[in-house]
Amino acid sequence: MSSGWTVFITVFTLANIAGVTWLLWWMRRRRGEPTGAEVETTGHVWDDDLRELNNPLPRWWLGLFLITVIFGLVYLALYPGLGNFGGLLGWSQIDQYRRQSEQAEAVIARTLAPFESRSVTELVEDPAARHIGRKLYLNNCATCHGSDARGAPGFPNLADDDWLWGGTPEIVYETIANGRTGVMMGWRQVLGDSGVEDVLAYVLSLSGRKVPAGDPALGARKFQELCAACHGQDGRGNPQLGAPNLTDDVWLHGGSVAAIRKTIADGRQGEMPAHLERLGELRVKLLAAYVLGLGTEAGAEARTAAHVGTSR
Amino acid sequence: MSNKEANTAPVEPYNDTVVRQFTVMTVVWGIVGMAVGVLIAAQLIWPQLGFELPWLSYGRLRPLHTNAVIFAFGGSALFATSYYVVQRTCHVRLFSDRLAAFTFWGWQAVIVLAAISLPLGWTSGKEYAELEWPIDILIALVWVAYLIVFFGTLAKRRVKHIYVANWFFGAFIVATAVLHIVNSAEIPVTLFKSYSAYAGTVDAMVQWWYGHNAVGFFLTAGFLGMMYYFVPKQAGRPVYSYRLSIVHFWALISVYMWAGPHHLHYTTLPDWAQTLGMVFSLILLAPSWGGMINGIMTLSGAWHKLRTDPILKFLIVSLSFYGMSTFEGPMMSIKTVNALSHYTDWTIGHVHSGALGWVSMTTVGSLYVLIPRLYGQTQMWSTRLIDWHFWITTIGIVLYITAMWVAGIMQGLMWRATDADGTLTYTFVEALNATYPYYVVRFLGGVLVLSGMFMLAWNYRKTVLAGRKVAVTPPLEQAQPA
Repeated sequence: MSSGWTVFITVFTLANIAGVTWLLWWMRRRRGEPTGAEVETTGHVWDDDLRELNNPLPRWWLGLFLITVIFGLVYLALYPGLGNFGGLLGWSQIDQYRRQSEQAEAVIARTLAPFESRSVTELVEDPAARHIGRKLYLNNCATCHGSDARGAPGFPNLADDDWLWGGTPEIVYETIANGRTGVMMGWRQVLGDSGVEDVLAYVLSLSGRKVPAGDPALGARKFQELCAACHGQDGRGNPQLGAPNLTDDVWLHGGSVAAIRKTIADGRQGEMPAHLERLGELRVKLLAAYVLGLGTEAGAEARTAAHVGTSR
Repeated sequence: MSNKEANTAPVEPYNDTVVRQFTVMTVVWGIVGMAVGVLIAAQLIWPQLGFELPWLSYGRLRPLHTNAVIFAFGGSALFATSYYVVQRTCHVRLFSDRLAAFTFWGWQAVIVLAAISLPLGWTSGKEYAELEWPIDILIALVWVAYLIVFFGTLAKRRVKHIYVANWFFGAFIVATAVLHIVNSAEIPVTLFKSYSAYAGTVDAMVQWWYGHNAVGFFLTAGFLGMMYYFVPKQAGRPVYSYRLSIVHFWALISVYMWAGPHHLHYTTLPDWAQTLGMVFSLILLAPSWGGMINGIMTLSGAWHKLRTDPILKFLIVSLSFYGMSTFEGPMMSIKTVNALSHYTDWTIGHVHSGALGWVSMTTVGSLYVLIPRLYGQTQMWSTRLIDWHFWITTIGIVLYITAMWVAGIMQGLMWRATDADGTLTYTFVEALNATYPYYVVRFLGGVLVLSGMFMLAWNYRKTVLAGRKVAVTPPLEQAQPA
């Protein structure tokens, strides 16, 4: 800001404050009127009966006004307000932010120090680590995967031990740190509408479900031709590609006939964003430990609930 | 003007047609605007009430609610009362009947266009100024016409002194013209889309300079004008202090202009501007309270009337809410308080203690004085019903405000709580979950206030049926001291 603007802001600000203070001063006493006497009206009359008394300004109100003016002037002396003048305290919001951040970072560093340089496998065994992992999870992951980690359509259930990309500590760490992109092509163009129904019938039969229409035998042939490359000849998927197992009746994008038909016909896309840069190595490890802990301990209970619940 | 001149000239009756028109629409838009408010309050409890329809979604109905209650309900009330008051206190007919009629039909057209365009999602995205550029131009035209009618009437007044209510109405009209035109400067892209002429932080600052002065001039100065006529009129007492009105008028209008930056604490707005916003907001406390003191103390010597007159109860309780929210406002503008309160439902509670407690109660109280006089009656059809309206609306407002206070402070505390490992103690959803009961209480409060509006509408109808439109002429024998 140029000094011209500073002068302008300062003069304008102080003139306004001085102006109202002068007004107060000017009006503070009852000029030319005997004190203690009956207050009189100004003598003006509007609309038959509207009149005005001329009572003095209430003293407590005058005092309140002056206190706010004095407070304002002191504040303007101490804090940045009058243009480029930064205030006697040298305060700024960015400094306040940095100070508070540094204090918080110091506390956080102390809290997290015991977990530094430990492997994900070790952290899974440590309830304290999983506790922090849970809170990191709720802050960063729950929006998509749900507060109970049981996922939502398009967002995998993390509380079972069914893993799209593999469930070893290294792989889970890798998934969180660098993210994943899953793409299922749409096959309507290739299969035609009846072909989609056939493949749908076959895919459903893999997990022992009733076939609504379509010929599973025809579907099986198409499957070997088009789908097996990713999902495997037996339909059990391929974690290296993130291709889901189709035989376990766990469905990432919904398990209804309509949802699976849409998946085959139009394809699906999913993205797990990378978190390493945002959270740092230690927090990603803590998250991996929490998620893996869910798969082993709470897993048994979650598995049963999840299969009939959210993933269908 | 001399009395002689006034006595010999033929005296035109007041133009009460436009006042009656605006008065009816005040009640209609009050019901509509508050009903939309109740609907969106219900949507926060039962989101399925959006019915998956885009034009019923919360994001589109919320600006419809704010525009309807501020500009349709509040605006119509201000037009009605300012036209009534400026004629009564200048002892002349309005400056131009045609322009006055234009302001009525023009303003109603603006409102109808808002009610269509906002649910369709046409918005400039500026809070309280969402309407797109063609409507902005219509608003500007109507407002200039309003300015001409009001100041034209003042100019041809038959009394020497300008009554205090007119100072406030005048300031409100001039300031609103300036605010609207500056803030709505935009570059049209299509008929339905424009972009602000300002960018980034400057745009935000212009927006809140406008936004806070909409509160200061539209919702405060304008309604103080209303208060300064209807409180002494109904109380049958002189205004408490002429000099207090001078001090608080000039202090209020000069200081309010600075307060906008307090909406942008801890943002990219430079520190100096934030500080000025906060300092002037604090200095604003006493000027704001000046109006409250002048209103409430006008009743001194007539306190007993509060026992029997529910209209005075409306007016006095509205002044109490005014005092409360103009204390709360400066407090919330302090940076450390704002760091907790900002973005929470506390802000919503604060706004509604002003909008429901002050603006709507002043309006309703004034309408109860005004309506019978517009139809040749001395009082409303049922005073008992006014009393019921008073209690139901007061209870509704208190429920609303207290629910939002508790919810807001709770949200602020939950959002800022962190643990030693750097994580948030509560997720956003947890804070939202904790807010549910308060949303229910707020909804109930809104339903009560809305029910009160139906009582007003019913009482209005019965009063009109019992009365007839009369032409009132200005008093002639005013003895004005030189």
